[in-house]
Amino acid sequence: MTPSPTAGPRVGLFATCLMNLFRPNVGFSAVKLLEDAGCSVEVPASQTCCGQPGYNSGDYDAARALARQVIEAFEHFDYVVGPSGSCMATIRHDYPALFAGDAQWLPRAEALSRKSFELLSFLADVRGAAVTVDARYAGTATYHDSCSGLRGLGIKGQPRALLGEVDGLKVKEMEDSEVCCGFGGTFCVKYPEISEKMVDDKVRNILATGADTLLGGDLGCLMNIAGRLKRINAPVKVYHAAEVLAGFADGPGLADAPKESR
Amino acid sequence: MEIRSNEFKERSVFAIHDANLQTALGRARYGFVGKRALQVAELPEFEQLREEAKNLKNHVLDHLDHYLERYEQAVTAAGGRVHWARDAAEAREIILGICKRVGARTVTKGKSMVSEEIDLNDALIEHGMEVVETDLGEYIIQLAHEPPSHIIAPAVHKTKDQVSDLFEAAHGGPRKTQIPELVDEARRVLRDKYFRADVGITGGNFLVAETGSSIIVTNEGNGDLTQTLAKVHIVTSGIERVVPTLDDATLFLRLLARSATGQETETYTTISTGPRRADDLDGPEEYHVVLVDNGRSKMLAGRFRDMLRCIRCGACMNHCPVYGAVGGHAYGWVYPGPMGSVLTPLIKGLDAAYDLPNACTLNGRCQSVCPVKIPLPELLRELRHLQHQQNITPVMQKRALGVWRWVATRPKLYHALEQIAARALSGIARRGRIRRLPFAGGWTDSRDLPAPTGRTFLELWQGKRGQQ
Repeated sequence: MTPSPTAGPRVGLFATCLMNLFRPNVGFSAVKLLEDAGCSVEVPASQTCCGQPGYNSGDYDAARALARQVIEAFEHFDYVVGPSGSCMATIRHDYPALFAGDAQWLPRAEALSRKSFELLSFLADVRGAAVTVDARYAGTATYHDSCSGLRGLGIKGQPRALLGEVDGLKVKEMEDSEVCCGFGGTFCVKYPEISEKMVDDKVRNILATGADTLLGGDLGCLMNIAGRLKRINAPVKVYHAAEVLAGFADGPGLADAPKESR
Repeated sequence: MEIRSNEFKERSVFAIHDANLQTALGRARYGFVGKRALQVAELPEFEQLREEAKNLKNHVLDHLDHYLERYEQAVTAAGGRVHWARDAAEAREIILGICKRVGARTVTKGKSMVSEEIDLNDALIEHGMEVVETDLGEYIIQLAHEPPSHIIAPAVHKTKDQVSDLFEAAHGGPRKTQIPELVDEARRVLRDKYFRADVGITGGNFLVAETGSSIIVTNEGNGDLTQTLAKVHIVTSGIERVVPTLDDATLFLRLLARSATGQETETYTTISTGPRRADDLDGPEEYHVVLVDNGRSKMLAGRFRDMLRCIRCGACMNHCPVYGAVGGHAYGWVYPGPMGSVLTPLIKGLDAAYDLPNACTLNGRCQSVCPVKIPLPELLRELRHLQHQQNITPVMQKRALGVWRWVATRPKLYHALEQIAARALSGIARRGRIRRLPFAGGWTDSRDLPAPTGRTFLELWQGKRGQQ
């Protein structure tokens, strides 16, 4: 890796599992936003998952194994940024907890924790002065606050402030935007009926706004909600907020049909 | 009450399809949540009070032996008596012993979750006593032969129509349909019981070490009638409910009413100190406090100590989207919702309630409203960890986690598999989504799966930028 030619910070992009597999466009949106904000972006190939599935399933050893891998892959960056409040809250809050009492790994986990950020809050809070949003989106969106980002990382105003600068975009708040959508990682397949009830409540609140677009900052929640919206044939497009902010929301939304090839 | 927490899955599905329950839950949820939010907005120091309450509770728990001994001395000095119960059976024996000694035939009860926890009613009834719940909600579910579904609103799962039916069956017609009529009818029936009661049993929201007082809060005044009109007053309480001084109690009272029902204060806050004194106009001849451990000192010694801060306000369940979907009975024992999902496995055993710590999205809303800042999601995750360590986690799940770990710690393999998955899933997708996927019915029974586009991000990135 060569040192960045710019004076901006070197950012390691945490390519979350869901983004990597289901929605590469979110990754490219993140890269564009970070580069526009004066950062140089690298994507370490030695990364996989943050380890949260192991941690939340009570398998702390597995979580630690993954955490060590992330620490090694990212600790030499100025910042670690990922387009997910959930994964980044794991790195920020759970890594230090996982290595409590470990003289070797705790300092490394804490150091990584301090420089790890969810994308939208990083743009607004850390790179605020360098960020100018240059995007257009014709539509009315409502925003779902993902729980880990909201309560774990205090993300609430940042995405709204950024989205407020998008040309043509109106944001209309839904009722209970702060209530869980029923995704919850493996929860949604372990307790599918409860999850369905929760996502139905969420969908009802989304539809009540009349918005044509749902935005959020976590692909887990968005895939869950989009999956339910499409199942009931509701005409609401779903994007990660980064896609709209980067001006990359011109393609199909989550679970929407690809545009007819020419 | 027999624990049925291991039927959580079946009971939760049943609950979701119970139209009456869903009507009742929908109404209750928004009432409690909205009223609390208004109260919190009007009290700028609310956050500071939560922090103070957490710290004070932690202090008490650090010195619990000291405060409990001081409390016992003060109760004794006021002419009352403290009994120590290691578990539910001992607690029942102590209370039965008192009731039998005074020849009790009718026992009235103010609301007490500890009495539910120790299965008190059945024990008293088995010994020929008439037991009458005097809290309106508790009275309703007693008529329905059901356990409470909420710790402060025990009959929250009942609709008005169901209450009308229960009252008609128990009291005779004509069937009342208006809430004031129903309340009047309950009041009339209960009034007679208060005067006939030999023993009145209440809970204790707070025990004051300095004065030996027990404090209860109610909105119906039923607790006062229960404890002043009977010859004997028995307080049942967990050992963790002691606070140092009356001043300290006021801190918790301010938090409790706002967090529980969204009131500035409950209608009745009653402080009892010992039995009736010579110059008192009324009050019981005997005053007993049964302090129940039932697993609490084990919590105190271990990593679940934070749970002992709980003041039983119910805010966690009011704000829990899982509780809101399934109601309290699905949880299968006395304490439902987030606090119950922590307490039940700790009191009844990890293997008696496997699902409870798992049936949670760890969304954290409970913790954000808890007046004593209990980190409920962390405690639930910690219980999952114990399940994992003690092999209570299903074998298939452990194996799956093992495979996941093995693959995820091999980045090249992991990325190769993601690339295969991206191609395979996009290959079977139609119009950007997958409607049905083998072995993924948990997802696709109710949701479409958004389709990948065919290439993973890392693949595309490396193609674009090379190996930099």
